[in-house]
Amino acid sequence: MAQMNLLHAINNALDLAMEKNERVLCFGEDVGHFGGVFRSTSGLQDKYGKGRCFNTPLTEQGIIGFANGLAAQGAVPVAEIQFADYIFPAFDQIVNETAKFRYRSGNEFNVGSLVIRTPYGGGIAGGLYHSQSPEAYFTGTPGLKVVVPRNPYQAKGLLTACINDDNPVVFFEPKRLYRASVGEVPEESYEIELGKAEVVSEGNDITLLGWGAQMEVIEQAAQMAKDEGISCEVIDLRTLLPWDVDTVAQSVTKTGRLIISHEAPITGGFSGEISATISDKCFLHLESPIGRVCGLDTPYPLIQEKEYVADKYKIFEAIKASVNF
Amino acid sequence: MNRPDSNAGNAIHQASFTAGDALNIPTLKVLDPQGTIIDGAQMPAIDEALARRIYDTMTYIRVLDERMVASQRQGRISFYMTCIGEEASVIGSAAALSEDDMIMAQYREHAALRYRGFSTDNFMNQMFSNAKDLGKGRQMPIHYGSNELNYMTISSPLATQIPQASGYAYGQKMQGVDALTICYFGEGAASEGDFHAGLNMAAVLRSPTIFYCRNNGYAISTGTDEQYAGDGIAPRGIGYGIETIRVDGNDLLAVLLATQTAREFALKHNKPVLIEAMSYRLGAHSTSDDPSGYRSKEEEELWAQIDGVLRFKTWMMNQGWWSEEEDSALFEKYRTEILSALKVAEKVGPPSLEEIVTDVYSDVPTHLSNQLTDLKAHIAKYPDAYPSGKNGESH
Repeated sequence: MAQMNLLHAINNALDLAMEKNERVLCFGEDVGHFGGVFRSTSGLQDKYGKGRCFNTPLTEQGIIGFANGLAAQGAVPVAEIQFADYIFPAFDQIVNETAKFRYRSGNEFNVGSLVIRTPYGGGIAGGLYHSQSPEAYFTGTPGLKVVVPRNPYQAKGLLTACINDDNPVVFFEPKRLYRASVGEVPEESYEIELGKAEVVSEGNDITLLGWGAQMEVIEQAAQMAKDEGISCEVIDLRTLLPWDVDTVAQSVTKTGRLIISHEAPITGGFSGEISATISDKCFLHLESPIGRVCGLDTPYPLIQEKEYVADKYKIFEAIKASVNF
Repeated sequence: MNRPDSNAGNAIHQASFTAGDALNIPTLKVLDPQGTIIDGAQMPAIDEALARRIYDTMTYIRVLDERMVASQRQGRISFYMTCIGEEASVIGSAAALSEDDMIMAQYREHAALRYRGFSTDNFMNQMFSNAKDLGKGRQMPIHYGSNELNYMTISSPLATQIPQASGYAYGQKMQGVDALTICYFGEGAASEGDFHAGLNMAAVLRSPTIFYCRNNGYAISTGTDEQYAGDGIAPRGIGYGIETIRVDGNDLLAVLLATQTAREFALKHNKPVLIEAMSYRLGAHSTSDDPSGYRSKEEEELWAQIDGVLRFKTWMMNQGWWSEEEDSALFEKYRTEILSALKVAEKVGPPSLEEIVTDVYSDVPTHLSNQLTDLKAHIAKYPDAYPSGKNGESH
């Protein structure tokens, strides 16, 4: 075990993957010699050469188009989009190409080796264009997997699993936690199974569900609730597509209550999908309506970030409202 | 890297612009419209066997196109797109490649696929979306693909294959294989962002890619005067630092020469090449289009007179490599072969209902197998409302 922050864990996962398989390539804007604006690819060009870790021109649609071609050829591309806010020029390549490559060809071709890494989320005073959480644009796209880690241990294990998985993955990295989240991480390579949620802490009164950086906020709210005598079961969904319905439904069947919290705006957010499914699976076990604590339906603000975000106080209030319903 | 003194030796002191049409890129021509080699023209590497294979493909595609447009009019298939007018451009370029080279086409390049050996049954099975279609009946007619023949499955969104070709070729280079990627697209698709992204990336990252622009004059109804200003697509290659050539797309020998030379250069230097082939889409955009709404018969007739198939055939006959008797026999052979394969393919049933959920992922995930189970139960209740119910598949 070693102490790593989330960036080190990602860098370490990429390093081990490149060491093990010479077909693994890392590229994107500023990814090469500089090691990425957040330094997640630091040192990889020195170690594996300019052919395998390199800068691309400033074109997100080009990066993902290029990555699709590489993956179809049999390489293992790990493409970085510098901020998730800038992934949209690549939306066509991801939604119409990456996601449909295998299906449309009848499995004559596929881009299953592709991983798209992109930092997402707020809390860094980034305003509209360095704070977004666009995961729900991708969860509506069959053929993709969507994965979000919450800490260094999860980041390394999940990213390694994504690189080894035979399906294309969009891997959202919680950039607020890049340096803030530090933990024990095994030095060797390991995988955390995709499509499986994790019960982070068990409880009986209410289930709290989230992913990525929001897990830290949810855990703080759970502690506030605990101080009031409310026992929360906290679940990290980890993989949003395809998501682990059984683990969530099992928990809600036990607790009878569910709060989902994410950073993205509430309307059209992935919490709506979860709510509908859990209402269907757990209708007769529910003691109160499923609550959602999310971003406002506005662009992500700058100076009013604190008011905008789904913070621990908002989640705590939602917990009390649900328990007292 | 830019330096403060970068342009020291090349400065001007008056506000004199370089004109937008300063580049006037010439067109490579080898065979004149009468089928005679132009004096002093460089010849491509071609012998009788290659010429026959090329002409065989030209004939096949003419027959296929004619037969399938008729089938669409009869309501037997839903949609079709012809290659007519661009056979020399597509086949001449495909014939310059190694079979290991990846072809990433737009959609009007089935002649390249045929050149590689795609069978009549394969064509028919795709167009009839039947159980034997390599693509499992999922895409509209003409969206062919074949892993075995290194022909990437067509996708409808335009230009998406361009940056993919840059990436595919980079993968070939990194793997050290003696093969490159050719990427076909129209002059309309060259307006998409993916064109610019793809060419720039290939140039900067040194991918051995042949970018092959079929400038056929039309993007559905939009003519080139409404598609771009300036001298076509070729100057854009120069702008990206890419070796570029323009070629008469109706001149099979010029296309072959340009593409053979491009292939050698791209592999030797690990660099991309841009070829702009000037031709004309003699047919409609697709069977859903009617060109009489936007262009004249007279215009079409002018281009028909310099048709690349006729030009190449004349040259072959002058070489003593082809005769009218062989010509008639070949047309007849393919008419018979295509019609009989068509009759077989249209009677083959659709893919099984299970295929609706396969290949979304490498394995069928739980939520999809659950959805299939629900769907089957529903179809069993209303079997007459669904084709698979009528086939008795869900019972």
